[in-house]
Amino acid sequence: MGGIVIVGAGQAGASLAAKLRTLGHDGAITMIGEEAAPPYQRPPLSKGYLLGEMELDRIYLRSSSYWQEQMVTLKLGAQVAAIDRTAKTVRVDAETIPYDQLALTTGSRPHRLPAAVGGDLRGVYTVRTLADIDAMAPEFEAGRKLLIVGGGYIGLEAAAVGAKLGLDVTLIEMAPRILHRVAAPETSDYFRKVHDDHGVKILENTGLDRLTGEARVSGAVLSDGSHIETDFVIVGVGITPATQLAEEAGLAIENGIRTDEFGRTSDPAVWAAGDCASFPHRDGRIRLESVGNAIDQAEVVAANMLGAGKAYQAKPWFWSDQFDVKLQIAGLNTGYDRIVTRPGEGDAVSFWYYRGYTLLALDAMNDARAYMIGKRLIEAGMSPDPAIIADPAADLKPLLRP
Amino acid sequence: MAKITYVEFGGNEHVVDVPNGLTVMEGARDNGIPGIEADCGGACACSTCHVYVDPAWVEKLPHRDAMEEDMLDFAYEPDPVRSRLTCRLKVSDALEGLKVFMPEKQI
Repeated sequence: MGGIVIVGAGQAGASLAAKLRTLGHDGAITMIGEEAAPPYQRPPLSKGYLLGEMELDRIYLRSSSYWQEQMVTLKLGAQVAAIDRTAKTVRVDAETIPYDQLALTTGSRPHRLPAAVGGDLRGVYTVRTLADIDAMAPEFEAGRKLLIVGGGYIGLEAAAVGAKLGLDVTLIEMAPRILHRVAAPETSDYFRKVHDDHGVKILENTGLDRLTGEARVSGAVLSDGSHIETDFVIVGVGITPATQLAEEAGLAIENGIRTDEFGRTSDPAVWAAGDCASFPHRDGRIRLESVGNAIDQAEVVAANMLGAGKAYQAKPWFWSDQFDVKLQIAGLNTGYDRIVTRPGEGDAVSFWYYRGYTLLALDAMNDARAYMIGKRLIEAGMSPDPAIIADPAADLKPLLRP
Repeated sequence: MAKITYVEFGGNEHVVDVPNGLTVMEGARDNGIPGIEADCGGACACSTCHVYVDPAWVEKLPHRDAMEEDMLDFAYEPDPVRSRLTCRLKVSDALEGLKVFMPEKQI
């Protein structure tokens, strides 16, 4: 018996291992992680942890004794060199570990700037791992200049932390607006204003020509030809699924490791979950980059590894914290053709994404109520009349009654 | 440090010591107590760390803020008096002996 081997010790890997035990699996479980740290949460890295408001021991997903108690063998700081699907083994450093079933929860890697534009200068960071944050944290000193490349959620969260700590923050976004790829213009406008109010300088329609400096970054030439000075740079321009190992093992890849609705890859003994996995959704196939997906998909895969035969139904949800704004997102807005605005109390507002009369998603700012109702509606496949949504006096709770 | 009792929906009790400064949610998470999922890790962005506190404790705990109130309103079968999100409850000596009960499920 080779037991279950999990490659990747992030949120998905940790959820998968924990679920296997919760479901009563008592065979061997080995979890292999590239990083030295035991499984930890990523979302606080660009928020509370970077701000210095959340200590390291609260970042870990479980206590140090938990994995031992659960008899999950952790191999940390370990690089998987190859998977041999014929022999059903995984090669880690000098060791060969046999498996009956293998789960790939390898996550994703941030895009980096090419060396040709200065991506290899010192003082240039990405936001992905605990080590990334620990390396950049000392740079966050009041009065210093921070340049952020990329106006997605990671870039904006880092900008918020920088501004809160008294740095002089400039954020550049190549697209016509921040959050261009992930949100409606209304949400972009909302966050542009929030950042503006806090002194973050946002330059849209502005790309990076190149970073300048000797060995260490000291400035940047922007696409409009202007030169700005900077003390350090954070690059938040997206991630790419970590599929190399799967690819080399000959597994099917399609914008991530291709799985069926049960989380099984093209090899019946190999499964995938989390950022790295692409799975069937509606008429197509998607890959989700979120904690919610990492947890839920990993838990379904754990059940299926034990024979449950349960199809994974994604219920996408995300959140972001910037300054005093909590953004909560439910659903996927792909293909929307109109936005319905629902004003909340005070500074609260929510934007509801519709395609025709079908509710697809919503972005709720400081409006947990709208978020919770919207999430329920979307999960139930219910689409309320946009006129009701737009009426701030209308109580939405009755909509949940079937 | 406070001794906290977590009671699963089926009645299974877990009594654990939770260090001051952590949340009641983190105490459950660190000890692998089933029934408190805490998907968002304590950001008050989901509602999967919902519990019912023991009636004797309702008045002793700090009050819910608007955010918690709203999130709880849509948790699974919330109780207007006893429901709390455990990520909002910071552990201190004052919580010694706290007892919380899990709902049937977290949604």
